[in-house]
This record gives sequence, C-alpha cells and structure tokens, in this order.
Amino acid sequence: MLLIRCPYCQQTLPELEFTYAGQAHVARPDAANKQISDEEWRDFLFIRTNVKGPHYERWRHAHGCGRFFNAVRDTVSDRFLITYKVEDPRPELSDLLEKSE
Amino acid sequence: MTVLTHAFTPGPLVSGGAVSVNLMAPIGRFSVRVRESGRDALGAAIGLELPTRIGARTKNGNREVICLGPDEWLLQTGAGETADITAACAAIYAATPHSLTDISAREITAKIEGPAAIDLLTIGCPRDIDQIAVGDGCRTVIDGISVILWRDGEASFRVDVWRSFAPHLLGLLQTGSAELSA
Repeated sequence: MLLIRCPYCQQTLPELEFTYAGQAHVARPDAANKQISDEEWRDFLFIRTNVKGPHYERWRHAHGCGRFFNAVRDTVSDRFLITYKVEDPRPELSDLLEKSE
Repeated sequence: MTVLTHAFTPGPLVSGGAVSVNLMAPIGRFSVRVRESGRDALGAAIGLELPTRIGARTKNGNREVICLGPDEWLLQTGAGETADITAACAAIYAATPHSLTDISAREITAKIEGPAAIDLLTIGCPRDIDQIAVGDGCRTVIDGISVILWRDGEASFRVDVWRSFAPHLLGLLQTGSAELSA
C-alpha cells in the first residue's frame, strides 16, 4: 500500500484514505475575456498528458480532512516526489529530482 | 421503499473477552464549518475553543469538539442541548457567517475498550493506530466506511459511523471480537 503525506493533516497516511483526482494544473480557458476556439476547449476538457515518469496530479484526502491537494508521483515506480497544497506554486521538476537523489 | 429495521438499542454488543464493544446512547452532533476569521467568535458562542490542528480535541462539560479539516469541526453535545447550540450560533450568524448542521440522527457511536481494542480496529482500519495520540482523534476509514475515531485512552476508543453503514461495521466488530477472544 502507498503511504501518502497529506499537506493539510501533516501526516503520512495509508492510500486507502485517499482518492485519485486526475491531472493537476489544468487551467480553464479565460472565456470571459477572449474567444476560445473549439481546439482549446477540447484540450482543456479531454487532452491529458499520460506521462511515463513524474506526473503532476491531484489527490483528495477523502476519508480524512476532505481536501484536494497536488502531488508529483512517478507513474513507473509509484513513488511520491512531493505533495503540496493547492494554493502552493507548481514546483519545478528539476528541483524535485535533484532533491530526491 | 426504505425501511430502517435497526433500532440501535444502546447497550453492550460484545463483553467478557479481551475487548468489549458498547453501543452508546444518542447524543447531539453538529457539523461545523467556519472561516478562520470567525473561528474565535463561533467557539465563544458554542462555549469552547475550536482547535486548529487536525485531530485535536477540546472539551467543556458535555460539549466536545474535534478538528476534522482546515475549516471543519465535529461538535458533540448532550442530547438535550441541540436547541441551545442552534440558538447561540444563530444569534451571531449575521456577524460571523458559518455553517452549523445538526447531524444528530446521522451517526451512532460504538465504544471499544479492552486490551485487544487496537487489534480489533486493525481488522478494518489501515491507519497506524499507535500514531493517534491519546486524547486525539481522526476521520479515517474502516473496511471502506468513513468513520470518526476518538482515542480516549491507551485502549479505549469511540467510533462514530453513519447509521446506514452501522449494521455492517458492528457485525464486523462482533466477528472480530469473537476471533480475538477465541
């Protein structure tokens, strides 16, 4: 079982308390201020990266504090490089890889 | 048609072995949500301080509150105090917007005590129970069911569970207790 650190609870807890919630940092197009093409909507709604390796993704501490948070997980080894709060900036992958070595 | 066939009569479910399970009497329960700016005012209205660390509890007489999330608390009170709480919070609502939901009928509580209490919980709970400090609690999962686990002593726990899931959980606890006592 994976052990996942919840950035809100500040505890490392079993995977069964969490649910996966898809790719992180998918920004909605700014439709209020400019014309959005069909291709941009398609990309926002359906196109995901399907990374082999470190993947920025969302998780939810469903059976705990209930909060969504972001994580970087290696999809090959299932190793979590970092978990961080949704309001925190996206960490650079090169920094994370450096730190994990 | 939905028929609730379980009366959930308070009393012992398992006793005499290494662990005892008791169904507790109904109490008042509230789900409380408030922003940081209104936390102190709402705590004053309820009559106790709302803790900020997730898992921490504070108690004042019959009233006990546990922090479940950054802006979420669970309040337990005596069965007859719910009207007082509702009125006290309604009085400050204009100045301190918050959410106070009476969930007294949603959950029931089982008390688990005895030297094998931790062993019994580990049947369904993936958490490391030893890491929950005495006097703390948490929302966690037991056999796929979301529960709130209160650790009152080294080997004394309370488990709050939604009543629709309770027959399954109580059955699991009874089966587990029988195995631990065998």
